[in-house]
Amino acid sequence: MTRTRRGGPGEPRRIGWLYILPALVIYAAFLLWPLLHGAWISLFHWDGLGTGTWAGLANYRQAFTDPVLRGAFLHALVLVIFYAVLPCCIAFVLVAAMSRTKIRGLTFFRTVMFLPQVVAMVAVAVGWQWVYSENGPVNGFLRFLHGLGLPDWSRGWLGDFTFALPAVGLVGTWVEIGLAMVLFAAGVQKIPRELYEAARVDGAGPLREFFAVTLPALRRELSVAFTLTTIAALRNFDLIYLTTSGGPGDATKVPAYEVYNRTFNTGEVGLACAIGVMIAVLAFAVTVGVGRLVEGRS
Amino acid sequence: MPKLIRQGVVLGVAALAAVTAACAPGSGNDAAPATKAPSAVNTDIAKAGNVTLTVWDQEIRGGQNEQMEQLNTAFQQKYPNVTIKRVARSFPDLQKTLRLALSGDSPPDVVETNQGYAVMGAFVKAGMLLPLDSYDAAYGWRKRYPKGLIETNSVSTDGRTLGTGSLYGVSLQGEIVGIYYNKDKLAKLGIQEPPTTWVEFEKVLFIAKDAGELPIAFGNLDKFPAIHNFGVIQDQIAGKDAVRDLFFGRGGTWTDAANVQAAQKLLYWVKQGYLTKNPNAVKYDDSPVNFGKGEGVFLIGGTWFAVDLEKTMGDKVGFMLPPPAQAGGASVTMGGQSLPFSITSKSKHPDVAAAYVNFITSPESMDIATEKGLLPALKPPSKQPESALQKEIFAAWDAVSRSDGLTPYLDNATPTFPDTLGGALQELVGGKATPQEALEKAQKDYADFLQKK
Repeated sequence: MTRTRRGGPGEPRRIGWLYILPALVIYAAFLLWPLLHGAWISLFHWDGLGTGTWAGLANYRQAFTDPVLRGAFLHALVLVIFYAVLPCCIAFVLVAAMSRTKIRGLTFFRTVMFLPQVVAMVAVAVGWQWVYSENGPVNGFLRFLHGLGLPDWSRGWLGDFTFALPAVGLVGTWVEIGLAMVLFAAGVQKIPRELYEAARVDGAGPLREFFAVTLPALRRELSVAFTLTTIAALRNFDLIYLTTSGGPGDATKVPAYEVYNRTFNTGEVGLACAIGVMIAVLAFAVTVGVGRLVEGRS
Repeated sequence: MPKLIRQGVVLGVAALAAVTAACAPGSGNDAAPATKAPSAVNTDIAKAGNVTLTVWDQEIRGGQNEQMEQLNTAFQQKYPNVTIKRVARSFPDLQKTLRLALSGDSPPDVVETNQGYAVMGAFVKAGMLLPLDSYDAAYGWRKRYPKGLIETNSVSTDGRTLGTGSLYGVSLQGEIVGIYYNKDKLAKLGIQEPPTTWVEFEKVLFIAKDAGELPIAFGNLDKFPAIHNFGVIQDQIAGKDAVRDLFFGRGGTWTDAANVQAAQKLLYWVKQGYLTKNPNAVKYDDSPVNFGKGEGVFLIGGTWFAVDLEKTMGDKVGFMLPPPAQAGGASVTMGGQSLPFSITSKSKHPDVAAAYVNFITSPESMDIATEKGLLPALKPPSKQPESALQKEIFAAWDAVSRSDGLTPYLDNATPTFPDTLGGALQELVGGKATPQEALEKAQKDYADFLQKK
């Protein structure tokens, strides 16, 4: 008797589930279950202590309509520019420049650029708090310029309603450049030299060479770097918590900070979970979107 | 829809349905809230058998820590059958872990909670703290403490109204927001005695500014500090009764004329340059440091700064209450007591826990606090403070306790107030909001809360 198989050859078999079971159990217990449980709690008004009352989508509605929370999401989008767009662009230019010429002590520079990634965020925050402080180096330099006859641009950066968010954002730029650069530098090394030589033979200038050779070859690295840095921007909590606590006023509030704030300070656990779910959805959308746009995956 | 996504959606819905079968969050806590105080109280701890008492406190700073250790050792010597397991955490850490610990199955027996709706109110509402009334009957805490201090540790049993109902905790130390002054700077300005009236105080601010000195050191990066400055001004303009009524939700609004005037006064100080420049960029903890270095003639701050300031400034620093409107009158300021020690409703040894709470708030304990350089909530029976600054703080505490001149910390008026009032005041001192706008923001939060309550 011949054994009959359901489905054609090459079709996934059920036994496949068994193979991934160990990993799946752990994944489900520590990631899927908390995620679903969080989503479930987000449908309740719950102070984290007593029994919750059913809220339906009220928490989500509040997250969309409350100007403070809506502002927090807007701030997160601004931070995406500072955390993802700027570092990727800067790193790209640096790497493109490096790919054309041999630089002495390249490893050294790469290490220096990557250093911010290695330093703990707490140390980064404390350091930058000093850099931005009233008598810190930034204001010192601006006062020096003022002494030369320029207008006085010095200010309390982290306490300024207009500049606090960009100031925190620039710290993010500083931190993320290293990551983007290391990724791009690794990618550039695998581009065959011949491609550049061919481009040069065809008479391409540096700009043309960049768009015709470097950029297409680095698509995947770009996608990875952009995804990682964007997610870092969306879940930014530590830097805000340590430098401004969301202030002045509500000027630097971000969703991840509000998740913490609503859970532990104000006891709105349901609302915090709703915000958390929204961050997750946003991060998911970004990952898919970047994959499609940059890598051309469908 | 692609197949994969369709499958995902189906899976998701199925999973959600599975959780839906579970119940509302928090309903799994089977222990019914023990809102009733135990009827039979046993004060004979020596016969309670071998007991391990778990205590969570946040008294981790120098003198406070020494005091707790000394008290714990003394208690265990008095009752060798009791072992105290002490867990000491910093204030923010304790606040964050308490929620989780109290909703668990075996919470600590004695915990330091915090006054206000967000902490004590919420815990009481969830039935996690033991009402101490029957223990009060046995130990007489209400007689030991002045009424104002008992009130701030009292909540109605539904957790919705502060200041009334059962007693849920007892505190060890006192706290007042007052005005520190730099004696050298005052002398240099030609002022021999610290100002005795509020008008005189403002005049000194003007003189100081005129002489090129910074009148008041101020750091407001952390959002809440301006609440202390605003509160002190509000106490002078609106008066203690109006502030208390507003705080306890008994009447009045944040946009009442007197409150707006107080915000205007704060803004006036900013505009006149009476406060540190760009205060929203200066850390709260840096303001006493800067003041210690000679930046600022005055510093509006709590008694918790005293130990550090004395270390850096020695006898050059003085402490006074916000001066009254008329010389010799009674001062009014913000203040209260340190975090209350409460007993959890799931504690298996409430009698021992109560005896412990009684022991650490006894008159002898107040003596120990004085020895350690702290401000005890009650007058120590035999010990006296040693340093000049300590003496001034003791005298100030004694004066406001006797004249009933304390108003509650405004941040506790609603669970979200540290953020809303703090944020609004940051906007005020940053020039982003007018006094009216800032207080409208506070009022909105306050009205929303009163309505929900």
